[in-house]
Amino acid sequence: MPERSGKQSEKQSGKQSEKQSEQRRLAVLKTYKLYVGGAFPRSESGRVYEVTDASGRWLANAPLASRKDARNAVVAARKAFPRWSGATAYNRGQVLYRVAEMLEGRREQFRAEVADAEGLSAPKARAAVDAAIDRWVWYAGWTDKVAQVAGAANPVAGPYFNLSTPEPTGVVVVFAPQESSLLGLVSVLAPVLATGCTAVVVAAERAPLPALSLAEVLATSDVPGGVVNVLSGRVAELGPPLAAHGDVDALDLTGAGPEATALEAEAAGTLKRVRRPRPDEDWTADPGTGRLLWPLETKTVWHPMGV
Amino acid sequence: MSTFEYAPAPESRAVVDIAPSHGLFIGGEFRPAADGKVFKTVSPASEEVLSEVAWAGEADVDAAVAAARAAFPAWSALPGAERGKYLFRIARLLQEHSRELAVLETLDNGKPIRESRDVDLPLVAAHFFYYAGWADKLRYAGFGDAPRPLGVAAQVIPWNFPLLMLAWKIAPALATGNTVVLKPAETTPLTALRFAEICVQAGLPAGVVNIVTGDGATGAALVGHEGVDKVAFTGSTEVGRAIARTVAGTRKKLTLELGGKAANIVFDDAPLDQAVEGVVNGIFFNQGHVCCAGSRLLVQESVADELLDALKRRMATLRVGDPLDKNTDVGAINSAAQLARIEELTAAGEAEGAERWSPPCELPSTGYWFAPTLFTGVTQAHRVAREEIFGPVLSVLTFRTPDEAVAKANNTPYGLSAGIWTEKGSRILWMANRLRAGVIWSNTFNKFDPTSPFGGYRESGYGREGGRHGLEAYLDA
Repeated sequence: MPERSGKQSEKQSGKQSEKQSEQRRLAVLKTYKLYVGGAFPRSESGRVYEVTDASGRWLANAPLASRKDARNAVVAARKAFPRWSGATAYNRGQVLYRVAEMLEGRREQFRAEVADAEGLSAPKARAAVDAAIDRWVWYAGWTDKVAQVAGAANPVAGPYFNLSTPEPTGVVVVFAPQESSLLGLVSVLAPVLATGCTAVVVAAERAPLPALSLAEVLATSDVPGGVVNVLSGRVAELGPPLAAHGDVDALDLTGAGPEATALEAEAAGTLKRVRRPRPDEDWTADPGTGRLLWPLETKTVWHPMGV
Repeated sequence: MSTFEYAPAPESRAVVDIAPSHGLFIGGEFRPAADGKVFKTVSPASEEVLSEVAWAGEADVDAAVAAARAAFPAWSALPGAERGKYLFRIARLLQEHSRELAVLETLDNGKPIRESRDVDLPLVAAHFFYYAGWADKLRYAGFGDAPRPLGVAAQVIPWNFPLLMLAWKIAPALATGNTVVLKPAETTPLTALRFAEICVQAGLPAGVVNIVTGDGATGAALVGHEGVDKVAFTGSTEVGRAIARTVAGTRKKLTLELGGKAANIVFDDAPLDQAVEGVVNGIFFNQGHVCCAGSRLLVQESVADELLDALKRRMATLRVGDPLDKNTDVGAINSAAQLARIEELTAAGEAEGAERWSPPCELPSTGYWFAPTLFTGVTQAHRVAREEIFGPVLSVLTFRTPDEAVAKANNTPYGLSAGIWTEKGSRILWMANRLRAGVIWSNTFNKFDPTSPFGGYRESGYGREGGRHGLEAYLDA
């Protein structure tokens, strides 16, 4: 029976007696599950795959999501879109800030999971988790500002009030970065949510546990069910049905790896908005507005002026 | 009801001198296609051959991309103010040649001179003026302190607004420091080639603008060319899909402006006479060859009969015929192929059980013509309610509640435009919020302006043209 998270508690506990009792106690392991429509189902396929740390030590089994799970996730995301996109920007900001608050309370858990997932030292894992929480706060604050930055009042040559405003494009499939299991994930997911889109996340294939734990945070942060759906599994299996799905509006291929070109070509069939992977994206850098603007549509409304 | 007869009021063709043959514009010079191929462009109103035009093959596309690449370093390094001054020059020259270009457009395209003269050409010049001013102000556009151009832009445009689409493509590309290779539509190459001469007159450095004429194969060679950094396409959704597939996995930034099936929604409190004018303008402007045409009329059930009576009366007054006649409302269908498509879809409308109506209307004996047509008894499943017809054909559906209007309007894979007719301001805003379309006209329709972003949701494409937003397509933002 493998040990998990033992090292962390060992370091923090100075007392011999506690250590002994810890050694006697059998750890309660977590069954990691998908997050779809606000619920935590297993894969309908009944499949799991083994997740290991950088050194090959078994960490847990993750659900190996199927095409059917992917389609269920899209249905849930589509169903959640009217309410989430129709919420006030202030309300979305409140909810996203709540996510940061919940994450803050689970820093220890995420430090351990990120350290395991990415093979990071404790200080590096701590920095990654802290940066991820701060990134939620950054995007939570954007919800009621992006329309002012991305919109425009247009001085047309005629008696019209002409206004362009950004709107969320709809359901976005996010292929989470493979190499940054929490900070990278948050960096691609939070802006999509801030704009009012709903998301289907395909977690990092080899390091999905932080993403699956993030789902537990989202479920307890007032984020309505279906706004975020998290799948773990193979990009090569989940990508094609998601890229071809008529109810998906956009693809973020950041973590799609070698499948990216084929998925972009597949997405052409329904003219999805596609964000291509960019080599060597630095998740610690100032994120700028690019990830807020790409899943937006610009709507321009013409109103005649007259009495 | 006919009380006045119109006398013929033809615009003079004397202002236009069409050369019997035209070359490709590559590297600042006109030249024949490498393999010597040519095609003919005809006037769709008379089937008269207007000119022979070089048919660019892969070697020509290659040469044009090379010329654009060679011109890029100097052009992109030019101070923005200097680039802007070239665009201002072009805008002025377009104004000076506007009557000539309007007549040429009408001859080659078949659209009424009233539209080419009063809509297309003023917007063309305005578009160059607008983007000229951006050239030295890009750092204030919200795309970073020093936004960079992309490089060589491949631009493929349709035949419905030949020179206006050229302006929408070339003006922002040049203002941001890109060089371009533009392919006009096969049936309407002449104004683009005249524009090339204007570039020469403006002293634009050789290779900054290149024009390659040809057919779909020429366009495919251009967008697939390795040396291209940016692809901008306006045209059908089918071709848009193929282009998106072609550029997948490349560095090429893509913007697409594709088809539409816009709903024009009339509520029972709308001023009906105004609404009728808007519906007519929405679908019969430019023979309905408009991607954002209001091709689905959604009328509230309680006023449907009244509105349809008024609409039919108004349609009976539309003058269909000689595009050069200043009193013509509806000109020629652009090509035999397009006419065949319109005929096929309208036949399907009848076969599927919709009721077809056209006013009594005498059509010219030569050229390509189609009478203004409306279908009633249309369901959402009918092809005439689902497919883009791109002709003067209106499908009429009804609704009872605003929710039903929204659901029906959004029941399409397209999302380019929509119209709302009501006197109630809060309802306009409520509707505008819920309609999934890039351009919403409330109590008006088919209005365009260089400052106003235009482009679609969903399968109507992505990216915006016009306004500050239109710069993004040509910057590394």
